[in-house]
Formats: sequence, C-alpha cells, structure tokens
Amino acid sequence: MQANAAWTPDQPIVSVRDVHKSYGKVEVLKGVSLDVRKGEVVCIIGPSGSGKSTLLRCINALVGIDKGSILVEGQEVHDPKLDKLELRKKVSMVFQQYNLFPHKTALENVMMAPILVLKRPKEEVEAQARRLIKKVRLEGKENSYPGELSGGQQQRVAIARSLAMTPDVMLFDEVTSALDPETVKEVLSTIRELADDGMTCILVTHEMGFAREVGDHIYFTEKGVIVEHGPPATFFKEARDPRTREFLSQIL
Amino acid sequence: MDSFWEFLRHVHDAYGINLVHFYDSFERGRLLKGMLTTLQLSVLCIGLSILIGIFGAWLQGSRFRVLKTLVQAYIQFFRNTPPLVQMFFFYFALGPLMPRVVNDYGIAQPMLGSFAWAMISLSFFAGAFNIEIFRSGIDAVQSATVEAADALGFSRWQAYRYVILPLAVRICLPALNNNLVNLVKTTTQAYAIAVPETLFVASQIWSDRINVLEMMITLLLFYLFLVGILVWGMIRLERALAIPGFGR
Ligand SMILES: Nc1ncnc2c1ncn2[C@@H]1O[C@H](COP(=O)(O)OP(=O)(O)OP(=O)(O)O)[C@@H](O)[C@H]1O
Ligand SMILES: [Mg+2]
Repeated sequence: MQANAAWTPDQPIVSVRDVHKSYGKVEVLKGVSLDVRKGEVVCIIGPSGSGKSTLLRCINALVGIDKGSILVEGQEVHDPKLDKLELRKKVSMVFQQYNLFPHKTALENVMMAPILVLKRPKEEVEAQARRLIKKVRLEGKENSYPGELSGGQQQRVAIARSLAMTPDVMLFDEVTSALDPETVKEVLSTIRELADDGMTCILVTHEMGFAREVGDHIYFTEKGVIVEHGPPATFFKEARDPRTREFLSQIL
Repeated sequence: MDSFWEFLRHVHDAYGINLVHFYDSFERGRLLKGMLTTLQLSVLCIGLSILIGIFGAWLQGSRFRVLKTLVQAYIQFFRNTPPLVQMFFFYFALGPLMPRVVNDYGIAQPMLGSFAWAMISLSFFAGAFNIEIFRSGIDAVQSATVEAADALGFSRWQAYRYVILPLAVRICLPALNNNLVNLVKTTTQAYAIAVPETLFVASQIWSDRINVLEMMITLLLFYLFLVGILVWGMIRLERALAIPGFGR
C-alpha cells in the first residue's frame, strides 16, 4: 500500500464508510461509518453481539466486507489488488484472549513477525523486542512461555508483539475482559502510555471509566449500527438516544 | 567374542539349543544384513510417511476442492485396504509397467527393485494414517492462534510452518507414535515380495538349519528391541518438545 498520493496526515488515518457485513443470512454490520484521526483514541462500546469485533476484523481485513469502503491512510483495505502485507504493517490487532504462540517464549513471540514478515535482521529485532518487553514492564519474563505467565502478563506480551510491527494504528478488542480486576489495571496503563505516546488506537472496551478518561471519541454500536457518538464529556453526560442511555445506565 | 560363539556352539552340541544364526559366521552375516535392511526400510518409511503426512495435511487445508477430494480419496484407499494387497499391487501390478533399465552387466531389469516398492507402498500406507493424525492435531490448534498469525502478516505457509505445525505435532505425538510402531512391525510384510529383510532372512535360515523355534524367538526379541528403541526415542522427543504451561 504505497501511501496514497492524495492522503495527508491531517485527513482521517482510518475512514470507515457505510460498511455492510453479513455472515450467511445474518447481517452483522448494517452500514457503519466512522473516522479516526492520527493520534486519536477511539473507543467503541456496545452490547454483546452488536458487531464490534467484526468491525475491527474488517478494518484489519481479517474478514471481507460486502459493501462500503474502509480507507487506511487513504488506501482501500478491501481492494482485491491490495497487498495485505502492507496493511499488516500499518494496522496491528490485540485480541481478547491474547492469542500468543504457546510454543514460543515471550521474547520469541515478539520477535517472530518482524523476522519472518518484515525480514529484518535478528540482532536488531532482538534488541527492539527487549526494549518492548521492558516498555510493557515485563523485564525478566523474556524467556517465560505464555503458559507460565498470568493473563495480564500475556496480554502485555501480546501488545508488545503488536508494537514490534511498528504499526500506525492499533486495534484492541476487549483486551481486558478476560482478566481479573487487578491485572486489568496493568494492561490499561500500558495502553494509556501508548495513547500518550501518540499511537492511534481503536479500542472495543467495556471499561467505561477508561474510555471516558483516555478516549477522544466514543462510538456506541447496537445491532450493527452506530447509534450515537461524541467526545466523552458530552457522550457520557448528555447521551440523547434512549438505547445509549439504557446501555449506560446498566453498565455504569 | 570368538569364545562366546564357541560357547554357543557347545550349547548346541550339548543341549540341542540351535543358535547357529549367531555362532556361524555366514548365518550371522546374512541375519545382520537382514536386520540392517529392516532398519533401513523402517527409517526410510518413517521419514517418507511423515513427509506425506505433513504435505497431505497441508493440502487438506487447501481452498481447492479438487485437491482436498484427491487427498481424501488417497486416505480412504490406503486406510481401508489390506497393506499386503497394496504392496502386491505396487510390486506386481505397477512394477511391470515401469520402464526397464540396463544394469552394469548389460541385463535389462525393472527400474525399481522389491526394496524400493516395499518402501513406497509402506510409506503410502503409513502416510495415509499420518495425514489424518496430523489433521486432527491441526484441528486442535486454536483458530484464534492462527488468526493472530494472520493479523501479524504471516503467509498461509508461514503460519502453517511456524505456528500450526509445531503445535499440532506436539498434540498428535502419541497418535503418531502408535502409527510408527505399527509401520515398523508392518515392514515384515516386505517378506512377501522377497525383500531380504529380517523375517525373510530368518525364514531362509530356519529352512536351511531347521531351528524354527530358536529363530522365531530371536526374531520376536529383535522386533521387541527395535520397537523399544523407537518408543524410547519418541518419548524422549515428547519430553524435549514439552512446553512449560502448555498441554498437560
Ligand atoms: N465467523 C462468524 N460466523 C458467523 N457468525 C459470526 C461470526 N463472527 C461473528 N458472528 C456473529 O456476528 C454477530 C456479531 O459478532 P461480534 O463478535 O462482532 O460481536 P461483538 O459486538 O464483538 O460482541 P462481544 O461483545 O460479545 O464480543 C454475532 O451475532 C455473532 O454470532
Ligand atoms: Mg467481540
């Protein structure tokens, strides 16, 4: 994906327009649009099954879309001629269940993709991986296997693994919902630091406090549509749509 | 050593326990050669059948229906027919169809000898089971782990080679172990197409020397030993591949 000539950093880095996606007969996304600017933290909230994970998967082209358009840095993600690899270098994803490679140590998990996919020299990648492990506060755990780490530690390795691809945009899919309350904090503070460093983040989350504090913009999805969105100050105080109000009253 | 052979000869003379295949240097020589042939056949078939398993399982995951159907047909054919008949099919039916080549003495002979056919037929036989064994291991690898590899930009082959296969192998090692044990035992059926492996040589010796019981016992102990080594090796491998916190 050669940076599209027409795209400049003051335009949205991710631009989702009227995206429709069905699994078989079930329409999961029914015309979703959203914009994310460089350095912005966008939080997506909404009830289970409303299509949040599906939206992230579409942005990352892990699944195809039926209609609409998704531009990342001005390039159409669902263009069949698109080099997926170029997209993978720009957009990185962190999953709810961490999905680490269980047969590789924490360090190896972080090193694998830069070596295999980006074809970078091993020494350089290792030095970078050690820095990243340090950044997510896991010094000393380099040689531990995922099975020997707590959920929060595994999730931070997964974040380091995504960062190793030096992405421009990071997608987080409910990355704390499999964790116990104590470890949630560790992971959230790691994400907060990333946001402070200026990383563009799209996160699906149930942590309303975190969304309010770190988010620049909140989207509320229900049944495959975006019901309401706005900056956290207005979104949480003055939600207009009754569906949003109902959801917020249940969760807050 | 020589005095030990003398002792065995004495045991034969004194008690009638006929271990001629040990103390007679000619018989010992051909028995050893037979054992070596069994060893070669086993190692080659293990290697080939594992390769067939890896590539077959990879093809089964392909998007192309035709490929999948072909692999499935192959598996069903080799799983559901007797291995001895398969070997006869290769040797007696396919063998004569192969072009002949002229050897060093100027005599035309089949391109592939009985050893090669035994190796091919046994590898295909065990390979069919290996595909299913690897496939079950692959299916047991979490799809989420594979999705993570995809999201990191791994190609389909890279995901297979560096993530799916290493995990699948660990999961299916016990089943693979069983199949390889079976394979080593099945090499004896190469006897039927006159491959000079252990059973073949042993039967020659017991016909010549009329020491059926002693020969049979030797034979059983040999296979017990051979399979024992294989199992020991597989257990070592399983230990070496064990990952802290994964599986058990
Ligand atoms: N691969 C798939 N095949 C078929 N249906 C799917 C698939 N993935 C998701 N769905 C369906 O799509 C709908 C939306 O799923 P999605 O995972 O995007 O929801 P979500 O908002 O992330 O929910 P949650 O908060 O529970 O994670 C659900 O009804 C789900 O059953
Ligand atoms: Mg989800």
